[in-house]
This record gives sequence, structure tokens and C-alpha cells, in this order.
Amino acid sequence: MVNNAIIFAVVTGISLLVSLIFDRKKTLLGLKKGVKIFIGMLPPFLNILILIGILLYLIPQEAIVKYVGPNSGALGFFIAAIIGSITLIPGIISYPIAATLISKGASYGVVAVFMTTLMLVGVVTLPLEIKYFGKKAALLRNALNFVAALMIGLVVGWLMRLW
Amino acid sequence: MVDATMVKKTLIKQYAWVILFLILSIGSYFAGFKPGLTIYSNFQKSFIEMLVFVPVIFILVGLFDVWVPKETIEKYIGKESGILGIFLVTFLAMLQVGPLYGAFPVAYILYKKGAGVRNIFIYLGAFSSLKIPMLGLELGYLGLKYTLVRSLVSLPLFILVGFLMEKLVGDDFKVKDAN
Repeated sequence: MVNNAIIFAVVTGISLLVSLIFDRKKTLLGLKKGVKIFIGMLPPFLNILILIGILLYLIPQEAIVKYVGPNSGALGFFIAAIIGSITLIPGIISYPIAATLISKGASYGVVAVFMTTLMLVGVVTLPLEIKYFGKKAALLRNALNFVAALMIGLVVGWLMRLW
Repeated sequence: MVDATMVKKTLIKQYAWVILFLILSIGSYFAGFKPGLTIYSNFQKSFIEMLVFVPVIFILVGLFDVWVPKETIEKYIGKESGILGIFLVTFLAMLQVGPLYGAFPVAYILYKKGAGVRNIFIYLGAFSSLKIPMLGLELGYLGLKYTLVRSLVSLPLFILVGFLMEKLVGDDFKVKDAN
């Protein structure tokens, strides 16, 4: 965690410097935008952290291991895929959830299924998507990506165990 | 004056749960309510974890937003663009920020500019889970190994979905502007 944070800081610092050299005005605009997005995202992010804190207290670790752990099999994948498809959680907020699940014994494969369906399959946004792509294409896209997410989970889970 | 109170009101509304949570936590502290204290320490741990690198990511997000061209690559991802088109459409998607439904209007613009069915759906796949700022978060929260494995496994499947969509919806595919 701390190592990654240092890598981030360095990469961001260099990007910022390069950006400043090329265009001071644009850089300031970018910084303003970044701060604005961060401030906008902060309340839902904090709410999720609170919710995680409560759920961690309420849900015993054994339950997480049992239902979405390495030995949960098809059931774990199924639970993750359904929850990921019907909920509309912004990607940014989903990472602390995923990290918590992993630290409590969920398998990487199940988390990959959850994250991929969360980002690619949207039951709630389906009506909007139909407006853009039409019924056939929208339904097909969601169905194909649902299957793709399950395959991603299978392969990721397998590779994470192997490596 | 009216503006200031409005801002205050929306702030209180946005942070209502956080405020309530803090009040209850302080209450738990004085009352010696164990569950409340455990929940607060859970929260504090993940809050510090977030502060370590999430704000940094948003500086990157802002920089991406002002620097990344949204239209210049589009002409290279038409129907006949082949492998170069797939490469460029993935690259373009990786540089974006925002949720998937924010990508639908972009898909419309791509379609208008002549992008093929395949590339539009590869774009959506790559947009959903290969955005560079998001990969940064993934790296921070879930580690390098997972991030690498998931990205490398996902991309070929997104490309496959693009090809399948092209085959299945093919010629009668249209993107409408829903706004």
C-alpha cells in the first residue's frame, strides 16, 4: 500500500512537472478539475467507508469466506455477478469494497467477476443504453459482457492461484 | 447571503451520513459502546488508507481531462481500420475518465464519425475497466499482480465481444443521440 502510494506520488509529480512545462494555464485548469471531481466524490466515498465499517462488524468473516471465498465455487461467482450487474456503484468507490472483501477471505476470481459486471453490465442503466443502441444491441452487449465477466473471473482466479 | 446558506445546506445534506456517523462514534466513545468503537476503528483504517493515494489519483484525472484529445484519433477507427483501429480505440478508451453511461454519448460521436460496430464495443469494454486512472486505484487497492492479470485477461475478451457484436447486430446497427 505505502509502496504503491510512493509510486503514485512520483508518477503524478513527474506528470505535473511535464504538464507545467508545456502549458501552465492548462495545468492549473486540470488541477482545478481534479480537485473538483475529488470533492464531488468525497461524500459518497465516505458513506461507503462507513458502510464497510458497519458491515465488517455485522458480517462474520466466516460468512464471506463461505459464500465468496476460494471454495465457494459457482455459487460465489453467481452471487458476485448478480450483485455486480444490478447495483450501480461508481468504479472509484468499488475498489475499497473489493479490497475489504479480499482481506476478509474472498477469492480474487469472485472479486474480478464482481468488479467487471459492476463496470460493464448495467441493469439500471439499460433503458438509457437502449435509447442509444436500440433494444437488440443493448441486450446483447450486456449478455455478452456478463458471460465475459464470468470467464474473466475464472481465468483471473486460476492465474492468481497459479502465480 | 442566500448563496452562502444554500451552499451550507447542500453541504450538510451531502455529509449528513458522515456527520451522523461522527456524532454516534463520539457518543459510543463516551458511553463505552463497544460495537460503535469497533465500527469507528474500521472506518478510520480505511479512511487513512484512502487518504494515502486517492487524492493523488485525482490530480492525474484532472490532468488527463485537459490533455487528452477527444476527437483526433477518431478518424483512425473506422470500419476498415483493422488491428491499428483496435489498438487506437483501446488506447483512446484507456485515457478517459468517468462511468460507463458517460461513454454512451462518446459511442454516438464515434459512430457519427464512422467507427465500426466492433470498435465501438471494444471502446466500451476498454472504457469500463481499463481506464488508466482507474488502473491506478486498482493497483493501490488490489495490488500489481491482480491489476496486471485482470487487465491482460480482460482485453482479449473485450475484443472478442466486439467481434461478436459486429457479427450479431452487424448492418442494422445504429447509435442514436439520446440527449
